[in-house]
Amino acid sequence: MTTPILSIRDLTVDIPTRHGILRPVSGVSYDIAAGEILGVVGESGAGKSMAGNAVIGLLNPPAHISAGEIHLNGKRIDHLQRDQMRRLRGKEIGMVFQDPLTSLNPLLKIGDQLTETMLAHLDITAQEARKRAIAALEEVGIPGAAERVDSYPHEFSGGMRQRVVIALALCAEPSLVIADEPTTALDVSVQAQIIALLKKLCRERGTAVMLITHDMGVIAEAADRVAVMYAGKLVELGPVRDVLTTPLHPYTDGLMGSTPLASRGKDRLHQIPGAMPRLDALPQGCAFHPRCPKAQDQCRHDPAPRIEDGAGRAACFFPLAREEVA
Amino acid sequence: MLAYIIQRVAQSALVLLVVGLVAFSMFRFVGDPIDNMLGQERTQADIERLRVVLGLDQPFVVQYYKFLNGAVQGNFGVSYRQGRPVSDILMERAPATLELAAVSGFLAISIGIGLGVFTAIRRNGFAANAIMSVSLIGVSLPTFLIGILLIYLFSVELGWLPSFGRGETVNIGGWSTGFLTETGLKALILPSITLGLYQMTLIMRLVRSEMLEVLRQDYIRFARARGLRERAVNFRHALKNTLVPVITVTGLQLGSIIAFAIITETVFQWPGVGLLFINAIQFVDIPVMAAYLMLISVMFVGINLIVDLLYFAIDPRLRVDRTGGH
Repeated sequence: MTTPILSIRDLTVDIPTRHGILRPVSGVSYDIAAGEILGVVGESGAGKSMAGNAVIGLLNPPAHISAGEIHLNGKRIDHLQRDQMRRLRGKEIGMVFQDPLTSLNPLLKIGDQLTETMLAHLDITAQEARKRAIAALEEVGIPGAAERVDSYPHEFSGGMRQRVVIALALCAEPSLVIADEPTTALDVSVQAQIIALLKKLCRERGTAVMLITHDMGVIAEAADRVAVMYAGKLVELGPVRDVLTTPLHPYTDGLMGSTPLASRGKDRLHQIPGAMPRLDALPQGCAFHPRCPKAQDQCRHDPAPRIEDGAGRAACFFPLAREEVA
Repeated sequence: MLAYIIQRVAQSALVLLVVGLVAFSMFRFVGDPIDNMLGQERTQADIERLRVVLGLDQPFVVQYYKFLNGAVQGNFGVSYRQGRPVSDILMERAPATLELAAVSGFLAISIGIGLGVFTAIRRNGFAANAIMSVSLIGVSLPTFLIGILLIYLFSVELGWLPSFGRGETVNIGGWSTGFLTETGLKALILPSITLGLYQMTLIMRLVRSEMLEVLRQDYIRFARARGLRERAVNFRHALKNTLVPVITVTGLQLGSIIAFAIITETVFQWPGVGLLFINAIQFVDIPVMAAYLMLISVMFVGINLIVDLLYFAIDPRLRVDRTGGH
């Protein structure tokens, strides 16, 4: 098997506070192959963004990686010096943020923001960078890119700005893109376009994508595989079809049940009782047990074991059998 | 944008007209200059003659018109005390004040912004905290006290710098400058620090708080995620975004540096317009006071106008006449 672009092993992120250590990411492992889109889903605070920030080295202190390893293209990157990590950002790992209205500097022309990124990483002249900036804008579907390169961010609409942000994330041709809720702040009508664009560009270039979202529609449309996170832990990982239709973990099942689908008709949406526990009050055993319909005594005392099923895996004592759901 | 400039200039003219009215009404309502000018040995005929010479026998409106007419041409009448045209006296004194204000303003802006950025970037460092604590002195101690302390330390105890006056000056085309002689430069040091210290600490604290705010913004995070160097992130992206509020306050503070030079000039016996004004008050020398008032208001209004135009230079979002497309 070829080396995956990104490989995370037992990644743990700690935030020391006055009242003890919080652990927003706890022992998470997954790989992303070239050209593959891995969807990372979960409720707010499940640790999906925190894991993304850990990979790109942008954890806000005092949050830090306390255990585990991150490998990019076979090279370990979680213990790099600040300046080495900076060289990697933008060049090897691109990032797309949630809100395109706030992620572009309002005082700089978008062309200048593109060229400064390229000049920071590539050995090219300013003219060459400008030429590439225009090409990058054309590639993300900005009409009249040659003129719009000298426009300021406020002269674009939200969807267009997210296209510019994608151009910025991809302009130095990184091998991995972390897209953190790239469509959440956009109009529904624009969301599909942005996802399609991201998918197309990454397929063409063989870029690996970590697509962080809580929108199951986005996952169904774009992702190849899905990682489901709950309270800092990876509870299920598998091919998108399997996870969406025949989930192993009761939490994933609940998550799917609470997503409106056209095929399911007008029945009342299912909801998972309760709320995700706070990081400073994680229950013993499996963190999901207070909300789990299948919880037993064992779940309340011991951490859930890892089980494998075909291409998928989950962390649960009593996984749903594939037949049971089907 | 042109319409905006015209509007602002018209507003400025209106402000100056109102200040002119206030300045002029001093002639009518503040004491009787004739008493001061003629002393004890005077006859009724002397009084009447002087009243006619000074134009004080004419109706209010006529006097106001004459005053404005003269003021526009730089003619503020004759000093009651020195018997010479006020404009000549001001021209003699203005270079001293303007040079002092320029040096103070330069110190305040350059050191203020520099330290502000430093304390924001290293916000938990020892040096930054020390600077912030010391800066409280600059904000809380009154100017005259700082001046006297500096004189005590550097003139009386150490004997390094002169305690009063401008030192030797060189006259270039009617402008007497202290920049070209050693004694002139030495004499500038203490007064300019005294005059600029408050503004410096104010600018520093403002830059720091604005900068901390900007450093939290998404586009700074995105700039980091693109792998830009720290220096580019801090100065190109962050500092520029802090400048709009900083320029507003700095502009007003530069005006007050000139206006409040009175205190510093008194402490250091600096032969500028501030000292002239203080002496004029003692002798109810109304033409000098009126001219000073007009001079200060012209500077304030001028600086404000420049500040408003600088906004356009810095923030493209304000240039509304450029149409934004989608």
